[in-house]
Amino acid sequence: MAGPTDTRLNTQEEITARVKALEAMLIEKGIMTTEAVDRLAEIYENEVGPQLGAKVVARAWSDPEFKARLLADATAACAEMDISGLQGEEMIALENTDDVHNLVVCTLCSCYPWPVLGLPPNWYKAPPYRARIVREPRKVLAEDFGFVVPDSVEIRVWDSSSELRYWVLPKRPEGTEEMGTFDLAALVTRDSMIGVGPAASPSS
Amino acid sequence: MNGVFDLGGTDGLGPVVTQENEPVFRAEWEKPAFAMFASCFRAGLFNVDQFRHGIEKMDPAEYLLTNYYEHWVHTVEHYGEKSGLLDMAELEERTRFYLDNPDAPLPQREDPELLAFVDAAVKHGAPANRDSDKVAQFKVGDRVTIKADSPFGHTRRARYVRGRTGEITAAHGTYLYPDSAGNGGPDAPEHLYTVRFTNEELWGAETAEPNGVVYFDVWEPYFTLAS
Repeated sequence: MAGPTDTRLNTQEEITARVKALEAMLIEKGIMTTEAVDRLAEIYENEVGPQLGAKVVARAWSDPEFKARLLADATAACAEMDISGLQGEEMIALENTDDVHNLVVCTLCSCYPWPVLGLPPNWYKAPPYRARIVREPRKVLAEDFGFVVPDSVEIRVWDSSSELRYWVLPKRPEGTEEMGTFDLAALVTRDSMIGVGPAASPSS
Repeated sequence: MNGVFDLGGTDGLGPVVTQENEPVFRAEWEKPAFAMFASCFRAGLFNVDQFRHGIEKMDPAEYLLTNYYEHWVHTVEHYGEKSGLLDMAELEERTRFYLDNPDAPLPQREDPELLAFVDAAVKHGAPANRDSDKVAQFKVGDRVTIKADSPFGHTRRARYVRGRTGEITAAHGTYLYPDSAGNGGPDAPEHLYTVRFTNEELWGAETAEPNGVVYFDVWEPYFTLAS
């Protein structure tokens, strides 16, 4: 077995062949099929992604009673909109306000609320974010995400160490009072629901 | 175990590098690597915590330098070998075959039940809450200190919260216990809580950022009442 002193990384050709060989063996063992691979890829490429979370947020911005239900029990509120499932069996939505900014991380692995955000971006899974966001969130937001949170706003970092899945209800942008949920949803970015950016402004 | 995967508070890893319009899967091989999780979970090769622990046991240098889905491949291989399902010599041989013949086809098999499982699993997930007659020993508002000792094996008690004191802000009921289930034991449900730590408590008053807190979920065996 290779040790840390003689680590050799796979090339893309090597990892491609390795995964194909592993897949072939798992197919022959009756565990996988290429159809199941295609179906899972299809689901997370086209069906389950941040567009679902954006619909929930837009509704919460527009419907105070729904927002209250979302903050009380995000899993049940999302289920009302037929949004549920794997890696979001129990979800908790965190409301950003003028005084509080929430953001989400998983320092130990890469836990992420799949039913509302889909699969995580690479930076969320990579070491720098997981290492630094609990220690210097203000600095990381400002320097790496271009998002300055004033010192007067408390930053609450939620480290997803259990199977509870946290995500952020961002602040409704100014100048959106007349907008309907369809247009509002277009302003809700993936990053705003992780808490590393604001929702988009209607003027931008 | 104390390992490099336990990244919270580690310095010197450089900036967060984001990518505009990153595709969900950055290479074709990531799709089967991703699908192996659900398929092998269904086959009983591992539970979610064992899956994580297989990744935690990777060569640490490789862990830090490889793409995320390579971690998934590693843990599938780990449990495939451990359970006797996979012959690693055969895996090496077939890898060489596909390196020499990258366009050679995969074996084909029909499995409508697996397809149905995929859709059902995505929609309904695999909840981690577990019934237990254990009575909660702590309540919201309690000040608690995370145990400082370092266990071997799988745990979610990250190093940066060990020995630190915070306040319970939520009590969630009983959930399967990763320190048991992730190490091959039973679900062994324990009460789960959320604890809030101030930045000053975690990092020291000299270096902590102002006006900030960290919330961290802990199972009852992870902590004691603060003295």
